Amino acid sequence: MTAVTVVFAALGLVTLVSAFLVVTSDQIVHAALWLVVTLGALAALYVLLAAELVAWVQVLIYVGSVVVLLLFALMLTRAPTGSGSATATANQPLAGVVAAAVTVALGAVMWAGFGGEVIDEDAIRIGTAERLGDAVFRTWVLPFEVLSVVLLAALVGAIVLTRRGDR
Amino acid sequence: MIDVVDLLRCLLVLAAFLVLPLAVGQLEHKTMAHMQSRVGPMYAGGFHGWAQLVADGVKFAQKEDVVPRAADRPVFALAPAVALVPYLVVLFVIPLGPSMVGADLDLGLFFALAVMSVGVLGTLMGGWASANKYSLLGGLRTASQLMSYELPMVLAAVSAAMMAGSLSLVAIVQAWEWSWLLWQLPALCVFVVAGLAELQRPPFDMPIADAEVILGPYTEYGGMRFAMFLLAEYAGIVVLAALTTTLFLGGWRGPSSEELGWLWALLKTFAVAFCVVWFRVAWPRLREDQLNALAWKLLVPVTLGQLALTTVVVLA
Repeated sequence: MTAVTVVFAALGLVTLVSAFLVVTSDQIVHAALWLVVTLGALAALYVLLAAELVAWVQVLIYVGSVVVLLLFALMLTRAPTGSGSATATANQPLAGVVAAAVTVALGAVMWAGFGGEVIDEDAIRIGTAERLGDAVFRTWVLPFEVLSVVLLAALVGAIVLTRRGDR
Repeated sequence: MIDVVDLLRCLLVLAAFLVLPLAVGQLEHKTMAHMQSRVGPMYAGGFHGWAQLVADGVKFAQKEDVVPRAADRPVFALAPAVALVPYLVVLFVIPLGPSMVGADLDLGLFFALAVMSVGVLGTLMGGWASANKYSLLGGLRTASQLMSYELPMVLAAVSAAMMAGSLSLVAIVQAWEWSWLLWQLPALCVFVVAGLAELQRPPFDMPIADAEVILGPYTEYGGMRFAMFLLAEYAGIVVLAALTTTLFLGGWRGPSSEELGWLWALLKTFAVAFCVVWFRVAWPRLREDQLNALAWKLLVPVTLGQLALTTVVVLA
């Protein structure tokens, strides 16, 4: 057990506990704020895994924008402050089943792909912007472009939905 | 040996964090006083009432710590710290000289922008937790403003990084040339304007517009907690001015920058901070819809044009 392993385990625990609090908190704003802790701890895990750029992008996009967007959306609803604001829907059991299924599926994929693999600590290279750019725009350029088309389609779809009935 | 140097760096950054925001606060008081011909308190301490700042600090510390009954206590108490601490963290990566930097990260620019964006969560938390409709309205405005201005700010910063071919703040200053003042002028303007909006400084201070929403998210705060929000605002000005200096104004570069580089960096930072204060005195507050229109219809297209121009300059 090196110091890095201990810190990694501790951060993983923080991620898990705060993620659990996100779904169990009975105040909807608290759930959003626990999500900040979860995402921040995930960013710290990325740093430990030598994926620096991914870590800062995680903070910039998820903590800085997605959570702000979440809180903004909450402010536009009738959601009251105080306990009981995060009332559960009748879909809760169903959501639990879906979440469990996704967990099993993702876990199985990770296990099948990386099970038993050992990370050689001497061969670790820091994930700088240069290296990531190289990987994205040389090796993985086709998936990257396809993903950007998907995002564009989603954007256009959102605009069409908001403007429906305008004419 | 290295540990001692690193410790010294940390202490220096901490000292800068404690001193610079107060200096900017004093700069704001005095600049506004003279621009508006209302001198304000001039007696404390003798020369130009400099000790009034200390007196204000003592006053804040003495005030009763009031928390509204309906408030969400833990979130309410945590909000000022969340607003303040990110700016301290950002100061660690901003260089005053080639080696005068808390930590020269390979991704310093990204780090700075990412951490800066966390600070606004403090304002949102304050707006939610105060259990006050004006606070909530202020928080709503903060969030909408932030989402509009994050994009042009990041894009403008990217333009400077593209010119330098690096995301390290030290490398960006080293690559800086006088011609940048011309090529990067649109990005510079957009960066400062978007930064002002991110800090909720006039003319973009709708979230705390006193005539409309009292003091927005800060309405229920008093004493030390309010002082921390105030300090966060000044620390934000320092960080914005220092980042502008680093990205667009050549940081420590200047005549005899070998010896006086840090002085140049500080001088430029305070010049930008002075402009920030000047804007507050010179311009009235925008309306909420005008603010969003400005961001999406002017700033974003300008930065996209700037990025195209930068690409041409870099490749040519």
